Amino acid sequence: MNNSIWTFANPHNFMRLSGVVAPWAAALAAITLAIGLGWSLFATPPDYQQKETIKIFFIHVPAAMMAVNIYAVMVIASLIGLIRSHPVSHLVAKAAAPIGAAFTLVAIITGALWGQPMWGAWWVWDARLTSVLILLFFYLGYLALWNAIEDPVKAADLASILCLVGSLFAFMSRYAVEFWNTLHQGASLSLDKESHVADVYYAPLLVMILGVYLLFIALLMVGVRTEIRARRLRALRIAQIGQADAALTRTAAAGNPASAQ
Amino acid sequence: MKAVFLRDLRLAFRLGGGAGQSLAFFLIAITLLALGVGPAPDLLSRLAPGALWVFALLACLLSLDRLFQADYEDGSLDHLLLAPTPLEGVALAKSAAHWLTTAAPLALFAPVLGAMLNLPDAAMGTLVTALLLGTPALSLIGAIGAALTVGVRRGGLLLSLLVLPLYLPTLIFGAMAVRAAAEGLPVLEPLALLGALTLGCAALGPFAAAAALRINLS
Amino acid sequence: MSLIVENLSCARGGRTLFTGLSLRADPGAFIALRGPNGAGKSTLLRALAGLSPSRGSIRWGETSLAEDADAYQEKLLYAGHLDAVKPALTVDENLSFWAELHDGSAEALESAMARFRLKALASIPAGQCSAGQKRRLGLARLVVTERPVWLLDEPTVSLDAESARDFAGTVSAHCAAGGVVIAATHIELGVEGGRELWLDRFAAVPAKDGLEAADDPFLDPAFERENIT
Repeated sequence: MNNSIWTFANPHNFMRLSGVVAPWAAALAAITLAIGLGWSLFATPPDYQQKETIKIFFIHVPAAMMAVNIYAVMVIASLIGLIRSHPVSHLVAKAAAPIGAAFTLVAIITGALWGQPMWGAWWVWDARLTSVLILLFFYLGYLALWNAIEDPVKAADLASILCLVGSLFAFMSRYAVEFWNTLHQGASLSLDKESHVADVYYAPLLVMILGVYLLFIALLMVGVRTEIRARRLRALRIAQIGQADAALTRTAAAGNPASAQ
Repeated sequence: MKAVFLRDLRLAFRLGGGAGQSLAFFLIAITLLALGVGPAPDLLSRLAPGALWVFALLACLLSLDRLFQADYEDGSLDHLLLAPTPLEGVALAKSAAHWLTTAAPLALFAPVLGAMLNLPDAAMGTLVTALLLGTPALSLIGAIGAALTVGVRRGGLLLSLLVLPLYLPTLIFGAMAVRAAAEGLPVLEPLALLGALTLGCAALGPFAAAAALRINLS
Repeated sequence: MSLIVENLSCARGGRTLFTGLSLRADPGAFIALRGPNGAGKSTLLRALAGLSPSRGSIRWGETSLAEDADAYQEKLLYAGHLDAVKPALTVDENLSFWAELHDGSAEALESAMARFRLKALASIPAGQCSAGQKRRLGLARLVVTERPVWLLDEPTVSLDAESARDFAGTVSAHCAAGGVVIAATHIELGVEGGRELWLDRFAAVPAKDGLEAADDPFLDPAFERENIT
């Protein structure tokens, strides 16, 4: 059991592990992103068709990837949390959500910035952009449910159910939106089409993708550590109240022969 | 299950006159739309398929918050959990009663509102069919949201934030069927997808809702 | 058959209320739960009904709550501190719904109405009833179906003296017929041969460092041992 991966699902083991890993992940993320950004923004040529706006894509593509992948991480963490009732697993899902929402927002904003010069409008109901926007709603709903429920144990289980149900519907929405989009004039130029990725752009893009993964790991560790501290604080407070209450009860019981039997 | 279904129907008719309020909401929303965008008939007829679906969706959503909450607050839900009927069956019966008292009357009434929005006559049959096929999914999905938020006071806004994203596929296929009918295109594909969606939700919704209710009651 | 509870502990809102509770209720037993506010009387009743989570073993004869919750729950009736009465339905409709849900017979329904003096109220909406009348309606459910175990949470609140006496008679009759009744109550129900269970005897004792010997992984002593903050 001690060698099992599940030991890290124990809060204090996770704290110990993440205390070591988080700073390294953060440092590596900073270095990788610095290299990736420098390379992609200053050392790549402008695209013949999209000019300098192609460079938005170095932020947009990794962000859009993370938007989807972080939701997948939440689904897996929720599933493990529900099946094995591991509190840390639930907290991983919870801590991942705001990070995922932020990446989703970045993907949407960079998409809009790219779309303005390309399509002549800040927002076009392109199938991909719309799907990403819908994903944002799923993140927001998940976070709202966590915040609305007082008891963290209940909140964890309920949010997990929402996350699992949401994943099915997010998946369906993705295809529904594509179906919906075919009735309209499709956008002639799409931001993420693989055919646009010329070799010069490919290597710096990979560095950026590696960078955002590392960034996610670092942020997730910090987030889960914060959640664990918050839960521990709550548990300690409750224990303290319980202790004070028990002391009062004992005093009361001393004066009440019936309950002292 | 039958007992729960009949009780919920009876309660819906005693309180708020069953479907009356949903129908009134539907009518007001259509009026607001016409007042908002102007009376041009061809504009209204283009907006009609989407607008009718969006308003049906909202009418359904607005009546969801009491689906389990009334029973939760007065203790009935404890008894329903302990009763011989499985909680999944209770959730299904309550979703069915909700659908019959909100969305089903809207579907039958929709041609009148479609006519007010200048929707072509050819699309009326599809409009009713699509609403009848698709709106059960709305009640079933809504039951999941209502079960998740049953312990949250003033959870109306939260409920809409949870449930509306889940309604997107239904809205897309439903409005698409009506739009296709209005343009004289084949409607079988979106209608089939809508039916599949409702069946899928009937399989999933009661289980997810019952699981959420059990967590909330513990 | 008997209701057997072994080494039960319950928590609410992250706090352990009681631990190590064992009890055995043989046919005919009446157990009054006693203890100060917050001792966990309601939580224990909900746990015995299988509504709230608990640790330990609860079983009726050979039927264990953990192994077959449905079969176990078919042996009990729970009356919480809420009446679960629908104000928009009449008294008769409220009770008939309950009977239908439990496949109760028409005669049982009839005699429940009579026993709890609800016949005169049958056709008025429950919303117009007084608190005591609603409580009687809620309690009348107990005799619509026959289940051996009754779990009652403050059943006599808002009942007048006569109704409380009537109810004590109903409880005695149930015990005399071999049933088991566990009730949280502040007043004497006046049931013959009952015994008391003081919940504060099982109160979770906080350890001397202020932490309960915790099941809560967030209170793991390893946090302090390894000085993790």
